Amino acid sequence: MASLASIAVARPRRAGARASRDRAATALSLGFVTTVLLVLVALPIAALLWEARSEGAQTFWDSVSSPQAVAALKVTLGASFAVAVLNAVLGTVTAWVLVRDGFRGKSLVNAIIDLPFALPTIVAGLTLLALYGPASPIGVNVAYTQTAIVLAMMFVTLPFVVRTVQPVLQELDPELEQAAHALGASRATTFWRIVFPNILPGILSGVALAFAKAVGEFGALVIITGNIPYDTEVSSVYIFGRIESGDAAAAAAVAVVLLAISFVTLLSIGAIRHIATRHERA
Amino acid sequence: MRRSGLQRVGLRFVALAYLALILVGPLAIVFWRTFEDGFEPAWNALTTPDTIHAFKLTLIITAIAVPVNTVFGIVCALAIVRRSFRGKGFLNAFIDLPLALSPVVVGLSLFLLYGQEGWFGSWLSDHGIDVLFALPAMVIATIFVSLPFVAREVVPTLREIGDEQEQAARTLGAGSWQTFWRITLPSIHWAVIYGVILTTARCLGEYGAVAVVSGRIQGQTETATLRVQESYESLDLAGAYAISIVLASMAIFVLVAFTVVRPREETA
Repeated sequence: MASLASIAVARPRRAGARASRDRAATALSLGFVTTVLLVLVALPIAALLWEARSEGAQTFWDSVSSPQAVAALKVTLGASFAVAVLNAVLGTVTAWVLVRDGFRGKSLVNAIIDLPFALPTIVAGLTLLALYGPASPIGVNVAYTQTAIVLAMMFVTLPFVVRTVQPVLQELDPELEQAAHALGASRATTFWRIVFPNILPGILSGVALAFAKAVGEFGALVIITGNIPYDTEVSSVYIFGRIESGDAAAAAAVAVVLLAISFVTLLSIGAIRHIATRHERA
Repeated sequence: MRRSGLQRVGLRFVALAYLALILVGPLAIVFWRTFEDGFEPAWNALTTPDTIHAFKLTLIITAIAVPVNTVFGIVCALAIVRRSFRGKGFLNAFIDLPLALSPVVVGLSLFLLYGQEGWFGSWLSDHGIDVLFALPAMVIATIFVSLPFVAREVVPTLREIGDEQEQAARTLGAGSWQTFWRITLPSIHWAVIYGVILTTARCLGEYGAVAVVSGRIQGQTETATLRVQESYESLDLAGAYAISIVLASMAIFVLVAFTVVRPREETA
């Protein structure tokens, strides 16, 4: 490194020209990124907020608090919360098995974890209906019930916790656990005192992402839930219904609520990352 | 030792049963149902003009959205990791928004921006430009929902490789363009490829946002995923299953291809 530095010092004139070219490159790339984000993301969201407030605060509040909108939001949040908890447990177990266990076909299992990311959500809904619907070959029919909502949300959020916990477990030295073991800690103590604190940030950010995805899910739910108002109609389906019936203001009001939930979730993920990496930054 | 072995097998059972019940089982049933009566019904369902048009449209949208998102993702990742500027934390959080936002909300936002009563609506219709219920809005919606995938894959890799090699190249007289093509891109290419694969899968499978902005006009603005819904609603289960199988096979193919191609040390 020292010799490289001396070469740089030996050519001050070119280095100066380069610094200004570097600034130009920074400005250019930032300009590009900002323009794309403004035009494609920020502008449409501004239009959404504009529409939601266009008919006044009272109308906004009436739209958000209409019985059908509230029922949809309740079932959405309830199911998403259940899915978040299920993901925390089953996702962590799956990540542990993929990292610490060895069996034939493990790499295949590892590959199919990402399938819900790659599979169209509408196809996910249809496949779940084929196994757990009226024509179920195993005689389990949960179609058009709230169980179906949870099931479909579990399908689309399956990879999140696995993929955030897996890399942390891989980095975690098994010798730590062996040392705890050798010092007389039981398996449960070793897990809760050694492994768990290390993977907790991974679990939490995976769960937060899964929650956000579950709250907004649409494609996987349209077919299997039957979209019965006050029962299995979730918020995204409710919004879609309002758009179809030409009530854009009501759709926008509920959409703003979902937007706020997404923002809060992203901010909490940011906070989790900030806390989890505080030792590295110190 | 025997107890720990039992625990291990127990956990393995839980994980595999979870994946089988949620993921593998449903997919297997759809494959079986599609080909229950042989290949012919599935083939007939796939070769109707509307279905062929739907697949073409999906491919066109994907072919436009993926390159745009790839360039954006790489530039964005380089800006986040290698440059310092104000508002970086904000950009870092903002870039993930399309992942956390409901596709229906995305669709509605575009609907409100480009629709008849939207900010751009009257100007566009005065000039005879169709955005909503036409290809442009569908492309924009697809780009929106798949925007962060490349950047998210490339950012950690860029952090990991550090910038020493890049600085060495610069010191030896390489320009920024040359440094990017000869040093940076070769070291991040696996991350870029994986990002492109995820983006492609997301574009092929987009449903919610496109359902709102396309108007779902059969034979015109109907993509493959919208066609699945349409076939299901018109009680054409064979058709819905057949299109689903093609879409699912595409998803499985890209994932398997990547697992096979990717160098071993990165899968460990």
